[in-house]
Amino acid sequence: MQIARETLLRSYRAMRTIRMFEERLHVEFATGEIPGFVHLYCGEEASAVGVCANLTDNDTIASTHRGHGHCIAKGVEVAGMMAEIYGRSTGVCRGKGGSMHIADLACGMLGANGIVGGGPPLICGAALSHKTLRDGGVAVAFYGDGASNEGTTLESLNLASVWQLPAVFVVEDNGYGEATAASFACAGTQKARAAGFGMPYIECDGSDYFAVHEAAGEAIAHARAGKGPVMLHVHLQRWYGHFEGDAMTYRAPNEVAEARRDHDCLKLFRERVTQAGLFEDSVLDEVDAAVTDEIEAAVMQAKDDPLPQSADLLADVYVRY
Amino acid sequence: MTPDITPITMPKFGLAMTEGKIAGWLVEPGTQVTAGEELVDIETSKITNTFESPVAGLLRRHVAANGEMLPVGALIGIVADAAVADTDIDAFITRFQADFAAASDQPDGAEAADEPVMMQVGAHSLRVHDRGAGDGTPLVLIHGFGGDLKNWMLNHAALAHGRRVIAFDLPGHGGSSKDVGPGTLAFFADVTAQLLAHLDLSRVHVMGHSLGGGIALTLARTRPALVASLTLIAPAGLGPQINMDFINGFIEADRVRGLQDVLKYLVHDKSLIGRRMADDVLRYKRLDGAEAALRQVAEACFPGGKQGDDLRPVLAGADVPVTLIWGQADEILPVVQADGLPGSVTRHLLPAIGHMPQLESATAVNEVVGAFIGHEVATA
Amino acid sequence: MSKKSFRQAINEALRQEMRRDPTVILMGEDVAGGRGGSAGTQDAWGGVLGVTKGLYEEFGETRVLDTPITEASYIGAAAGAAVTGLRPVAELMFVDFVGCCLDQIMNQAAKFRYMFGGKARTPLVIRAMYGAGFNAAAQHSQALYPLFTHIPGLKVVIPSSPYEAKGLLISAIRDDDPVIFLENKVMYDVEEDVPDEPYAIPFGEANLTREGDDVTIVAFGRMVGMANEAADRLAKKGIGCTVIDPRTTSPLDSETILDCVADTGRLVIVDESSPRCNMATDIAALVAEEAFDSLRAPIRRVVPPHTPVPFATVLETLYMPSVEKIEAAVTATMNHRVTEKV
Repeated sequence: MQIARETLLRSYRAMRTIRMFEERLHVEFATGEIPGFVHLYCGEEASAVGVCANLTDNDTIASTHRGHGHCIAKGVEVAGMMAEIYGRSTGVCRGKGGSMHIADLACGMLGANGIVGGGPPLICGAALSHKTLRDGGVAVAFYGDGASNEGTTLESLNLASVWQLPAVFVVEDNGYGEATAASFACAGTQKARAAGFGMPYIECDGSDYFAVHEAAGEAIAHARAGKGPVMLHVHLQRWYGHFEGDAMTYRAPNEVAEARRDHDCLKLFRERVTQAGLFEDSVLDEVDAAVTDEIEAAVMQAKDDPLPQSADLLADVYVRY
Repeated sequence: MTPDITPITMPKFGLAMTEGKIAGWLVEPGTQVTAGEELVDIETSKITNTFESPVAGLLRRHVAANGEMLPVGALIGIVADAAVADTDIDAFITRFQADFAAASDQPDGAEAADEPVMMQVGAHSLRVHDRGAGDGTPLVLIHGFGGDLKNWMLNHAALAHGRRVIAFDLPGHGGSSKDVGPGTLAFFADVTAQLLAHLDLSRVHVMGHSLGGGIALTLARTRPALVASLTLIAPAGLGPQINMDFINGFIEADRVRGLQDVLKYLVHDKSLIGRRMADDVLRYKRLDGAEAALRQVAEACFPGGKQGDDLRPVLAGADVPVTLIWGQADEILPVVQADGLPGSVTRHLLPAIGHMPQLESATAVNEVVGAFIGHEVATA
Repeated sequence: MSKKSFRQAINEALRQEMRRDPTVILMGEDVAGGRGGSAGTQDAWGGVLGVTKGLYEEFGETRVLDTPITEASYIGAAAGAAVTGLRPVAELMFVDFVGCCLDQIMNQAAKFRYMFGGKARTPLVIRAMYGAGFNAAAQHSQALYPLFTHIPGLKVVIPSSPYEAKGLLISAIRDDDPVIFLENKVMYDVEEDVPDEPYAIPFGEANLTREGDDVTIVAFGRMVGMANEAADRLAKKGIGCTVIDPRTTSPLDSETILDCVADTGRLVIVDESSPRCNMATDIAALVAEEAFDSLRAPIRRVVPPHTPVPFATVLETLYMPSVEKIEAAVTATMNHRVTEKV
């Protein structure tokens, strides 16, 4: 499939933004300046970006506790995200959500989610809205291999099929649910699960942006055409721990190093587009430099931004009470 | 209990069923049935279900007929061996019914008469309370802004001797439909005339309170033949001034607490405004469309916070008797508006009474009105 | 205005709001019923107790959605639909089933607005039946409103009569926050005059169903009727009771409760939910904190014991608050004499 040059460049920038955002958080978190805890998406960038490149603001996604990548890919503003993670009143959630609850309904981002398996039922509802309001939208649930075992997820696969919803279920399978391997925790296969609910199944290599883009394009087109839900199984590698500070003693010493060497979506993307003569290295270098500046500025701004006021504590529990 | 006789009783389907209707017997008396055989269709408020015979035997009686509504456990049929005498079955039924009635002991609801009814008058659905009978010229009661026919609760029955006395809810008010058209006095006078035509009344005494007084005056101007006399209680139309804090506060209040404070403007003795009165008003005020209707009326009748209609000329030209009643402590329409009227108007200015003399000084008002509208009124 | 049952009042509220606003949809287990069955019937049940009967017929399958028996997915779907442009009314059937979907209510719908910094509106209504009195036993009889009241972000409504049910459900549907609307299953056939027109009763304003000078009784849902009856009986003995129906436990009209306690100096709270951390304890704490000096006798709570709801009629009757128990509590609070410490 031919992908427009500007889509490619935008996708590269999004992936690079996610990578730098997360790597910077890795560093900043260690300084103790960031409250709470964060879950990093490094290594999985092509999944979020490859899927969301097929979506518009009219489409809806729901994310996970590892949500920064999905937010950036769907268009949530980076400075606002950084400020949110720093607990500032300028954050996208005014400092009341933090890393696990970044949301921006205006661009169809239904929220990261602190509850494993929290998103798929919501996506059934978003898909129902698209279907009922006939707005042509599609709703996409991102969830991990761990969440694939949650009852909520399995119920949602069933409900989406029963109601023939314009929904896509993206299993981001990075091989681990927290510290337990999918090979232990997931019985059967994702493919058989999709078949069990009567929905098409597509799988792809999540380090290959082009593979994800194509597979997601097919799945989303199917759902958008009113033919019902699809499961998209994306195979991924997680470069950091479950949360920041996780020593990953459950992974073989060379596992992450090999992933970084052989499955770096940014490296693979660059090789592919430069070899095909689509972009000069210098163009991509310019993107890298711009993103570096953007992240630096976002961090500086976040550190400088005002903290929430005491009145914010009581605000926005209800629309009206 | 007679062992050979099996009562078939109204079954209970599901959690909530308390009564059921015999939708149709499927088996006639004299038929041998088996246990589990379909016996009768039972209709409940949610579903129709077929009741299967709990026993095998000869169905002897339908105790409940098709269409009867009965509580769960009530006797609907009898299964008994052919050898059992009819007299024994009769005795069984009598005993069963007596026991069942004693156990349920539900008093019958009293008959409701003398209640307001809904009437379709042109495009409007009006709540009308028509009381009394006799040869006297009927009296029509027109309430004020935000009021309803209950405003006359201390007057209506008292005046309904020897004549019909008809109170009704204006459009946009009480239980009547909410379309108030332009919301003008002329509109309401027109609806009043339509109601009178609907009731086949060609000439009536008219008593109006506040806005209703303005409507009565407008009716006297536009349809003088209809009006035998005018009784005006703190009527609109005799001066520009009006308490807009009351009007706006009344429109906006959606809770008992706020409304109770607003209603206190209406009376001189503030203790008359209880919570229950505010509750009653809110029941109508919270109906969809009521607030919009009141806004429309306020805009049409009180533009710029002043009364828009000057009806003093009507009084000057009236050739029917007119009585005016006004509370000297009126906080809605000041009593000075009762000044400077033609000498033909009989004035009754009541000291220490607010905007609703018919409520706050009901006995005095009833006496004045009774005497005014005719000697044919018998005192109760 | 005509006599309508609690069931009809709720049905009418749903029908009128669905006519008024095309984004109002209904979903739940057998809210229509019969889909896919061998009889080919549609609207076979209209809800397990017939509350939604006839709505499928009028609004069709795009607005009256039967669901599989999977509470987590469809309650979550209702929450997701609510933040993306619809106004879903999801029926949970028995409130006891909240155990299967609490995350979607507690962690998702209730918290969207706050977590997202005020950017979400979640106009969601969850209807469910509650209450004992039907021999429905431990898993179908609970009065779980304290559970929802405990969760910031939710509004909780407990109508006490058909009139209240219609007006409060219309308010719930028009509300932009998630609302838990709890219907006492014993009350569906209770009738009273209910206007034919739509009307909205605001949340957070208590209704006084009786007014008296001696004792304030606060009661919820079905307990309001019992409290009224007790108040009527007590009035004949010369004891005047004010009965407060708060209508909503969240928001709670604490102002009215405190005002009435200030007037009467005595408080009895009637709550059919389990006695620990329920509305009775909540209101007792409120009054102890804010109106201690008004009290002339200890606060009395008429509540069930700390047990699951039993099955057998004799046990269920023992379990439940009753008119007699309320009368006894009021009498006890009237008989209380302050003993001076020496």
